[in-house]
Amino acid sequence: MTWANIIIQGILVGGLYALFAAGLSLIFGVMRLVNIAHGDLIVAGAFLAWAIVQQTGLHPLVSLILVVPLAMAFGYMLQRQILNRTLGKDILPPLLVTFGLSVILQNGMLEIFTADSRKLNAGVLETASFSPLPGIGIGYLPLLQFIVAVTAIAGLQYMFYNTALGRAFRATSDDSETALLMGLDNRKVYAWAMALCLGVVAIAGVFLGIRANFDPFMGPGRLIFGFEAVIIGGLGNLWGTLAGGVILGVAQAIGAQINPGWQVLAGHLVFLIVLALRPRGLFPRMDG
Amino acid sequence: MSLHVSRSTKASRVSGIIALMLIAVLIAAPWWGSTATLRLIGEMMVYLALASLWNLLAGYTGLVSVGQQAYVGLGIYVVVASAVLFGIHPYLAIPLAGLLAVLVALPVGKLVFRLHGAYFAIGTWVVAEVFRLVFAQIATLGGGSGISLPAKVMQTLAVNKFWRETSIFWIALALGLGALALVYALLRSRIGLALTAIRDSEVASSSLGIKIERIKYGVYVAVAGMTAMVGSIISLQKIRVSPDAAFSVNDYTAFVIFIVVIGGIGTIEGPIIGTIVYFLLREFMADLGSIYLLFLGALAIVIMLVAPKGIWGFAQQRWGISLFPTGYHVNAGNEKHGQ
Repeated sequence: MTWANIIIQGILVGGLYALFAAGLSLIFGVMRLVNIAHGDLIVAGAFLAWAIVQQTGLHPLVSLILVVPLAMAFGYMLQRQILNRTLGKDILPPLLVTFGLSVILQNGMLEIFTADSRKLNAGVLETASFSPLPGIGIGYLPLLQFIVAVTAIAGLQYMFYNTALGRAFRATSDDSETALLMGLDNRKVYAWAMALCLGVVAIAGVFLGIRANFDPFMGPGRLIFGFEAVIIGGLGNLWGTLAGGVILGVAQAIGAQINPGWQVLAGHLVFLIVLALRPRGLFPRMDG
Repeated sequence: MSLHVSRSTKASRVSGIIALMLIAVLIAAPWWGSTATLRLIGEMMVYLALASLWNLLAGYTGLVSVGQQAYVGLGIYVVVASAVLFGIHPYLAIPLAGLLAVLVALPVGKLVFRLHGAYFAIGTWVVAEVFRLVFAQIATLGGGSGISLPAKVMQTLAVNKFWRETSIFWIALALGLGALALVYALLRSRIGLALTAIRDSEVASSSLGIKIERIKYGVYVAVAGMTAMVGSIISLQKIRVSPDAAFSVNDYTAFVIFIVVIGGIGTIEGPIIGTIVYFLLREFMADLGSIYLLFLGALAIVIMLVAPKGIWGFAQQRWGISLFPTGYHVNAGNEKHGQ
């Protein structure tokens, strides 16, 4: 049962990776932007929650009530004030501006929060678990994390295909100039997409902070995990992104079981293999 | 009225003479500069080379790599592995590093070229991470904590400390100026014409029969080889190597990108200006630590938003000067036309 247990743990961690990836997938879908600072924003979400918990004594999961709206407001402003100016035919400006943002965020967090590792304390939730079958232990926290990931992706999916905002996203994504002619203000549509992205990022950040220690420099690693989940799952497919996260999580869990040094490496190798064999990902969107 | 087509301008001829004098002064540096000065210029040459090569990739072919540290680190480790495991002399290991990186870049290039734009960028980063994690697993090279070049190996470089420092400096100088010369020569050639066309419009250049993908792939592989050779001199400059330092995204990609963006992307002069500005800023602000990096990040964002062609692009637009003549000028009497 050891291997079954390892795979189950991998699947549950995969939920967290899908949370890292969902925001990336969303903004790439809407405005073809890849945000290099995405991972640093996740870590910033964790630090924001940590600061709020320190000040108010709230439970980290309750702090989401404050962290998510603050992150969304920041995302909206970031897009309107800076990122909208970089969008165009040339891919260099958004890439280099978000790269600069990444360096600013890392060193800004270092200045404010120092290089010490921090952790969000979720109390008994962190260690509580149940055993549905002998040899298999499922922690309530990883399970909750996975359920939240599935809910977040289902929510984004619903929003994308069943709401006015989702229609605006799809229209802008398909043909931004025609959408503009139809009276959609692209700049606002993009700002809302980034706000939603940062909402998911904030949730991901809080779970990251409860699960393990975090420091100002672990953002790039999270960006890479999220990016790998997106590519493995197939561009433009949110459920595929969830599958990609799960595959990445399982690959890392199996790699770690063989040799602790191979945990991250195993995930990268699975990504490269998928890239070599199925360059459009395992579940590319049909019309893409 | 006689029309006369030439590549050089008065500014470029004057700058050529000044450049030659400057090179002579630099070659003589071991006799007028202290060890600290030599090391500083050596490090500047390393960054000049890395910036020129990254600029060739990103500025001309649009291949924005965030993973060039893969090849820097490979070069660093080839020197160490050659010396420690196989007893190959470091001087021989430098071209070997270039050759090996080309062999590695051939399949790696095929793989990452499946990704486009920003996804290409992160894909190259994953490759660099794989290299870092793999080298951290090699116990004979010190694993995750790294290894130093043995003193015995360093002693084989030259007869004494002065000549050792001098030869490392000269190699760095040769690689820095060599990378610059290579980019210049390449841009003046037929390939350079194609590269400039790709930079200005991919669709138009493709319709003129330029094999865009093939040229991009060739440039990627060549840049990988040169980058690894630069890495091998870093190995001799630093002596101690570790996977985290050798494959550092900050040291060998972030700073390089800042240099190119600040100096002017898509111009030969940009990396030179950028390197000078970067080292000046560092000399004055390095004590500020993370504030300095905050400032660099903000500066890069402001430049990208306000003057996306950097300091040199701004100067070129304003005054039409060009120190490295790659375009053509038509002269009719005293009248001058632009490129």
